[in-house]
Amino acid sequence: MAGSHRIPNGGRVSHGASTSFTFDGKRFQGLQGDTLASALLANGVHLVGRSFKYHRPRGIFAAGAEEPNALVGLREGARAEPNSLATTVELYDGLVAKSQNNWPSLEFDVSEVNNLFQRFFSAGFYYKTFIGPFEKSWMWYEHIIRKAAGMGEATTQPDPDHYEKVYKFCDVLVVGSGPAGLSAALAAGRAGARVILAEQEPELGGALLSAPKGSPSDQWLSNILGELKKLQNVELLPRTVAWGAYDHGTYTLMEKVADHKPQPDEHEVRQRSIVVQTGRVVLAPGALERPIPFGNNDRPGIMLAGAARTYVNRYGVLPGKKAVVFTNNDSAYQAALDLKAAGIDVTVVEARAEAPSELAASCASASIEVMSGHAVVGANGRMHVRSADVVRFDAKTGASSDVVRQISCDLLCVSGGWNPVVHLSSQRGRRPEFDAKLAAFVPGDPPDNQHHAGAMVGAFSDAGAAESGFEAGAEAAREAGASKSSKTLSTDGLSGADWEQPLAPVWDIKPGEQVKKRKRFVDFQHDVGVSDVELAHTEGYVSVEHLKRYTTLGMAADQGKTSNITGLALMAELTGRSIPETGTTTFRPPYNPVSFGAIAGQETGQHFRPLRRTPLHDWNLKNGAEMINVGAWQRAWYYPKPGEDVDAAYIRETTEVRKTCGMVDVTTLGKIEVQGPDAAEFLNRVYVNGWKLLKPGRARYGVMLRDDGLVFDDGTTSRLSDTHYFMTTTTAEAAAVMSHLEWLLQCCWTDLKVHVTSVTDQYAGLAIAGPNSRGLLQEVFADIDFSNEAFPFMGVRETEYKGMPVRVFRISFSGELAYEVATPSGFGEAVWEALYEAGKGHGLCLYGTEALGALRIEKGHFAGNEIDGRTSLEDLGLGKMASTKKQFVGSIMRQREGIQDENRQRFVGLEPVNPKERLSGGALLHPHNGPHAGHGLGHVSSTTYSPALGRFIGLGLIEGGLERYEGQLIDACYPLKGWVVTCKVVSPHFYDPAGEKQNG
Amino acid sequence: MRITCPCCGERDYGEFAIYGDASRQRPHMDDTDFETWYNYVYTRPNPKGRHLEFWHHVQGCRQWLVVERDTVTHEVYGVALARDVVTLPDAPKAKRKGAK
Amino acid sequence: MTHYSWFSVFSKALSGNKGWDRAWRDPEPKAAYDVIIVGGGGHGLATAYYLAKEHGITNVAVLEKGWLGGGNTGRNTTIIRSNYMIDGNTHFYEKSLQLWEGLSKDLNYNAMVSHRQIYNLFHSPSQKEAFAKRYNIMRSCGIDGEILDRNEVMKELPYLDYSPNARFPVYGAAKQPRAGTARHDAVAWGYARGADMRGVDLIQNCEVTGFQRDASGAVVGVETTRGAIKAKKVGIAVAGHTTQVAEMAGLSLPIESHLLQAFVSEPYKPLIDTVITFGAGHFYISQSDKGGLVFGGDLDGYNSFAQRGNFHLIDHLLPEGKAMIPCLSRLRFQRTWGGIMDMTMDGSPIICKSPVEGLYINGGWCYGGFKATPGSGWCFAHTIANDRPHEFNAKLTLDRFRRGYAIDEKGAGPMPGWH
Repeated sequence: MAGSHRIPNGGRVSHGASTSFTFDGKRFQGLQGDTLASALLANGVHLVGRSFKYHRPRGIFAAGAEEPNALVGLREGARAEPNSLATTVELYDGLVAKSQNNWPSLEFDVSEVNNLFQRFFSAGFYYKTFIGPFEKSWMWYEHIIRKAAGMGEATTQPDPDHYEKVYKFCDVLVVGSGPAGLSAALAAGRAGARVILAEQEPELGGALLSAPKGSPSDQWLSNILGELKKLQNVELLPRTVAWGAYDHGTYTLMEKVADHKPQPDEHEVRQRSIVVQTGRVVLAPGALERPIPFGNNDRPGIMLAGAARTYVNRYGVLPGKKAVVFTNNDSAYQAALDLKAAGIDVTVVEARAEAPSELAASCASASIEVMSGHAVVGANGRMHVRSADVVRFDAKTGASSDVVRQISCDLLCVSGGWNPVVHLSSQRGRRPEFDAKLAAFVPGDPPDNQHHAGAMVGAFSDAGAAESGFEAGAEAAREAGASKSSKTLSTDGLSGADWEQPLAPVWDIKPGEQVKKRKRFVDFQHDVGVSDVELAHTEGYVSVEHLKRYTTLGMAADQGKTSNITGLALMAELTGRSIPETGTTTFRPPYNPVSFGAIAGQETGQHFRPLRRTPLHDWNLKNGAEMINVGAWQRAWYYPKPGEDVDAAYIRETTEVRKTCGMVDVTTLGKIEVQGPDAAEFLNRVYVNGWKLLKPGRARYGVMLRDDGLVFDDGTTSRLSDTHYFMTTTTAEAAAVMSHLEWLLQCCWTDLKVHVTSVTDQYAGLAIAGPNSRGLLQEVFADIDFSNEAFPFMGVRETEYKGMPVRVFRISFSGELAYEVATPSGFGEAVWEALYEAGKGHGLCLYGTEALGALRIEKGHFAGNEIDGRTSLEDLGLGKMASTKKQFVGSIMRQREGIQDENRQRFVGLEPVNPKERLSGGALLHPHNGPHAGHGLGHVSSTTYSPALGRFIGLGLIEGGLERYEGQLIDACYPLKGWVVTCKVVSPHFYDPAGEKQNG
Repeated sequence: MRITCPCCGERDYGEFAIYGDASRQRPHMDDTDFETWYNYVYTRPNPKGRHLEFWHHVQGCRQWLVVERDTVTHEVYGVALARDVVTLPDAPKAKRKGAK
Repeated sequence: MTHYSWFSVFSKALSGNKGWDRAWRDPEPKAAYDVIIVGGGGHGLATAYYLAKEHGITNVAVLEKGWLGGGNTGRNTTIIRSNYMIDGNTHFYEKSLQLWEGLSKDLNYNAMVSHRQIYNLFHSPSQKEAFAKRYNIMRSCGIDGEILDRNEVMKELPYLDYSPNARFPVYGAAKQPRAGTARHDAVAWGYARGADMRGVDLIQNCEVTGFQRDASGAVVGVETTRGAIKAKKVGIAVAGHTTQVAEMAGLSLPIESHLLQAFVSEPYKPLIDTVITFGAGHFYISQSDKGGLVFGGDLDGYNSFAQRGNFHLIDHLLPEGKAMIPCLSRLRFQRTWGGIMDMTMDGSPIICKSPVEGLYINGGWCYGGFKATPGSGWCFAHTIANDRPHEFNAKLTLDRFRRGYAIDEKGAGPMPGWH
């Protein structure tokens, strides 16, 4: 038998399948179908953890996701999962778990000394202490205090498991699989709606699973599950929690695919994030039982009455041999009767003056003593409850007597009422409403597309819940357009019994004058007690949010599932306001904690973000290119020869380009086709310079501004025909420029007949630069006349190479005689190969982005480092480029005083006085010989070694620009490293300023 | 959040990019009045409630849409193709002097 | 009013913790004040505190429509830092960080100011240059900052992804040692208690519904849900809703309201003892003294006054966390929340006199408001008391947009949602 406290053949677990597991290194046996909690209880283990602040011994308190105490460290090594709820962890063979937040051991925890000083560690105690003696004293205290922080220990190893995210669509999403949820799914399914039902537990049935095995409801459950499984349009998702409700019918679910196994099977994911897009939702998540605060109500062996019943009936476990059931409502009687039937000795302590007569009669015939008008005022026993102190109690006034009757017990069950799980309704912004009869918050009118059923609408009997679910499911399906008949629901086998008499709201059992004072806990996980709520009240933290934040009530991993309402009610009592006046807390996603891994899904490692490859990506890799990330792209950074590092490689590549010629992959530049009769007018508005006179077959450099008059992007645009232009943009801004152009055309200038199409991915771009480039291109593209006269600088030609269309642009980023070739991406590698092969006769080298940068810096072209969203045309020396004959985007705003201010930092070249001295990007420009303080006169934006000049050079921006500083010395300071490099301010156009090479 | 694109049907928010307020009319290209442009570029209504805004179906049909959406509830009241609802400004009557 | 100390905690504890005073009074509003601050968040409370402490102006009321600290003060990721590079921001945020350093002692309230450093990761040489510029400016302005290469980062943050599997390998990091975190609620409560002790009336559940104007148009008081209250000067500090309140005075501001989500995980034993930002996306994370990992990222993107976001942002953000720190994969977030941000047209705040006489504006905090709390209150108090800005907030004006002097750290231009 798996465990000393197991009922032979009891419960719904598989008695044939024994499962071995360890807790804190000790080996135990459990059964398939157990949770870790039920298996521990079956072995008589109640003590499973230590509390957060006082390190008090804690036991298993609940049987589900509301568990505040039984947080354990599950699994080991890279798969370690701290803070796992023993009550929701499914047992598997070989499971390893350990207790948390204790040292040296769970049984003997040194920090329990905190418990002795708990009156000093009251709410807000940190705010009043550790303040001095020095300004930063907290840093010292924190160092020590932090060691005590947190609950479980996280692994620092990467996760070996896989995850996925999927998207599902349905007409009706049903949350919960109790009688209400199942009936809702059935009604909607019969009506023909596409239904998804999510249930966080591994088995469907909800509260019905807590009924004794063989109950009449078992047949009902088996019938409805049988029919649901036959409906093709109904998808049942066990082990799946619906944790978030978002706008417009988006619900987020998380499926534990393989958490019930030692590790996922091969190619199986551990968890799955499911985003459901649904037309309608039926929420039937049931209700959570809440405790009643009394002295030492947190001791191991004390648990919710419903949980005790679940352990007995579902798991076949005896959580004790002698039980006291303390209740203020009818529901706990079923627990008392079921416990008794399982052989547990039971006494019922009923807070109400009178016990419900029928239930009391049942108790009498089962020889259960019912003490009405009594309450448990305290529990005795430290590591396990030994007895309950029972006193006379008046539920109306809350007064209790000083006469204590001690009832020995090893199980103390408590039921303070039931809180409907309003989370997914509240997440939609619907404030819960207080229902005085239930003494609980109910969701009120369902928000947007929701329907509510079961406990959410106050239907607590099984039959009532099923009927409300069926109705909600049918209505939801109808609204979603599913029109088949749902027929009728059979509730044969379901109990229709409602509560005989209403619950008596009891939020606290205050001990009488003569009775021992013990801490009465409200939020177990955060060790918040009634006295902390009282202290918050005394100090004026009376708003619900202040209460929560000052005492941390409800802020633990369980998010106050068992404590929020009680805390709120206590504050209401203290302030003399009603509970609705006091307010409610806002429930926010997630309902249960969700792992990073599940949400990340497949977006991890190299798949974290998509990789953009150019058509030459594979060729580049094959030919030894070192790659570099540029946004989502990877580009060839340099092509090292044996023994070369990046510096050696780019210097060689740069030198060879200027001597013979080189080829670089420039596919990543943005490319946009601009077509239509108004294309010229469009460009004329978008760019600062004039475009109307550009002839077909010619290209022009253009700069565009944002609406605020600062530079947005630049590039070369070619006119291919009267109505067809080919625009290029920078790599970084390609997508933004495209969106901007579309916005202008579709939202602003709808009268212009222009169409823009992004062809960045459709065209490969190759640039060939250097004195030999003309000869090379002439050889490969023989039908174009490449002579300077026939094909001058800024000329454009279209041709075919072996049937592949090719556009050739005579433009230059390097300052050399240079061409760019564009060909459809599929032909990119073939054209590149052809040029590469032919290039061998022309001294062609390959060069990457590092050399590309060096060449453009030598030439004095600005790039992304300079166009950083803060520069004006004038800053870049392009003031004269702006047309005065037309308006263009940004033309009015650029006239503002701050944009025209002559003190603005403007584009210059920088030459270290010592040519061997390296300049660093990001250095600040300060006056020569100081002072080297403040924001400086400007900064160094781009730097390189210039093979052409045999020295380091840089580009930068400096207040007043060349006009103010040309020829003067300036200090480039890098205080992060203590570097100071004295530079001369020069024209940025270091190389061939007259442009003879590119034009020749 | 879901936006019903007039071309593509109901699509997830992730397919779209929002550009913001669509209630202001872009001044005429020939309008050189500083105040007009300043107001257009820098001030916009920030209503608590119904808000007209431009959305771009950037990972879909690439159409720009005008969406009327509630900034408190996020409810979408209507979606139209921008080109269908945007109106063009009249040409400025006389050239006003641009302020600095 | 009890002085907070070990002594007071012990002695009150011995008497059953019954003898504590209220942290602040709950007064009825008076008919008139010298200064009214609209908004009882961190900024408004700090303003009142410094008005009293630095300028001797104690006839002050703070009017809060809900509960103190209930806006963005109570919903942020608690990070404090002063790594700003644009003139106008740099010294302002540094002043704020300096005030943080002495805050707990100054307030006699432990705001748990923890200078646990911030690491800004970068992933490419060009990103390194951008951070070098920022941090060189800081150093040049007397602010602490360092730059680390990959190997140094590996030593200090061993749990980042340094494997060949990383999509965007770590290239290095910039670090500000004095940056860190503070206990957000405690900041509001500490300022509230400090202001209250100096005579400021903190009035909760009092919503301002309009401004009283005199014949010249000057603001001379406010209408509230608890009656009209006169004031010589009115300052508004209601970031998230600045446009709504300013509109009541006829002002149209270059601000939009946007939604920012933030997250906290279950409590874990100390794992991340610092603040880290990811350079290949927008993700920042730290760990609270309670053990929760506190993290966040970008705006949801759309204008919103709803304090709840959408899943798309989460779906996009959490992969960034795992990409940066792979061991987060099996850890769980337990709560998400949303705050309303005043997003300006350049991503920087506004603290200045408004064009309306008697009305002062503190807003536009984008998502940098929490770290600015002490500096913001200090500068706003100075501006209100002296009718002119301090040099630290002299550039954070409303007219900078009109004049073309944007303070644009990101270079995103006049698009509030893009900063």
